[in-house]
Amino acid sequence: MNSFRAVFKRELKSYFATPLAYVFLVIFLFFAGYLAFFHEKFFEMRQADMQPFFMNLPLLFIFMVPATAMRLWAEERKVGSIELLFTLPITIRQAVLGKFMAAWAFLGIALALTFPMILTVAYLGDPDGGLILTGYLGSFLMAGGFLAIGCFFSALSKNQVIAFVLSVVACAILVFAGMPTTLNYLSTFLPAGLVEATKGISFQEHFESLQRGVVQFKDLAYFVLLIVGWVAACTVILDERKAS
Amino acid sequence: MIEVKELRRRFGPVVAVDGISFSVGRGQVLGLLGPNGAGKTTAMRMLACFIRPDSGTASVCGHDILKDPLGARRSLGYLAENSPAYGEMTVGGFLNFICDVREIKGAARKARLDQIVPMCSIDSVYHQSIETLSKGYKRRVGLAQALIHDPQVLILDEPTDGLDPNQKHDVRRLITEMGKDKCIIVSTHILEEVEAICSRTIIVARGKVLVDSTPKQLKEKHHASLEEIFRTITKMKKSA
Repeated sequence: MNSFRAVFKRELKSYFATPLAYVFLVIFLFFAGYLAFFHEKFFEMRQADMQPFFMNLPLLFIFMVPATAMRLWAEERKVGSIELLFTLPITIRQAVLGKFMAAWAFLGIALALTFPMILTVAYLGDPDGGLILTGYLGSFLMAGGFLAIGCFFSALSKNQVIAFVLSVVACAILVFAGMPTTLNYLSTFLPAGLVEATKGISFQEHFESLQRGVVQFKDLAYFVLLIVGWVAACTVILDERKAS
Repeated sequence: MIEVKELRRRFGPVVAVDGISFSVGRGQVLGLLGPNGAGKTTAMRMLACFIRPDSGTASVCGHDILKDPLGARRSLGYLAENSPAYGEMTVGGFLNFICDVREIKGAARKARLDQIVPMCSIDSVYHQSIETLSKGYKRRVGLAQALIHDPQVLILDEPTDGLDPNQKHDVRRLITEMGKDKCIIVSTHILEEVEAICSRTIIVARGKVLVDSTPKQLKEKHHASLEEIFRTITKMKKSA
């Protein structure tokens, strides 16, 4: 437990020790705001809710989350500090979880910093607090899912660019699989059951229901399984490849 | 305190360590000697539980490296080949992180830091980030990291690599000093170093132990300098 805490603390601090955290936060906050206000025409909608903000988060996350995740293990292996880490009394699981949780906490900070959005809708009207809460919950869980995927690819390759590209592709597939256009296209030649299944494995489906304020067990289970699965895979891969 | 039994490890078609066995006790400084690619680093990595052996095993202070790797890691200090560290951290932050992991807290931590930092002469760079340090300083930070929990067993992979002559001298003196009540394995290809600090020497080549003796005995037996002996032994094997 102590080793987990030590890894977590070090990792989270390391984001802020380099310009990485600040560059990431500025760009993320800019685009999160930009997409909500200009792309989705927040003001023209004349509705005091955060739908326009949450709607675009998956697209933003496709690029931003793998950018946070790519360094997690790839850098460690490239620099060789993995040899230091795994000759300290730390199990692989503690290290993987410590790093994953630190990155997730960092994304949580990024999400928390979008609070002016809440202030804006609260000033302009009378938004539904529960809806905002489940929206944030969904966003945080989705960030965790993307991150787990990025974490896995980061352990797979020593090269950060490769890790980034692979995780962007994997995340994009999981997001676009649930888009109506994709599903329409698939339904022209796939049986209905498979189209449903595709919809079921995509982020979009589960994120949207949380956005609508519906907290269902199956959506929470989807994210939890996704995170546990990819993080476990990361542990296995790392054990195999740490020394190569 | 270190027992190595028939350790073997291959990387693809290359056999890096081919069944080496030896044991080292308290108060011994063992010099692991060998040409490049002899398997010194791989052997040390296995002892530090970084990579698993294909067969054979070893124990460090009674902790088997396969059954109880955490126990083994807890009781040893390990300095890896290029003294890897987290570049963006300051020396102080880095050493505190090691203390966090090794559960050295409060007053004990302060006491250890106060002792280790001057011992490795890194006081002047304590607040500097590691990536800005020269190779010699990085090496000493690595050494400090390996010593911070006062381990009974030390495994040092080329500890004097990249140091200037003065620093080399200091580190050697430090090793000799600590060697009195610890068990130390040092890998090197600098032969004068072996003569200066090691109470015992093992020459490995192609993953096999060729000689297990003391520097003094070796010289008496062959009536030659260590360098000549090293060359004859490792080359003999090559031609064979």
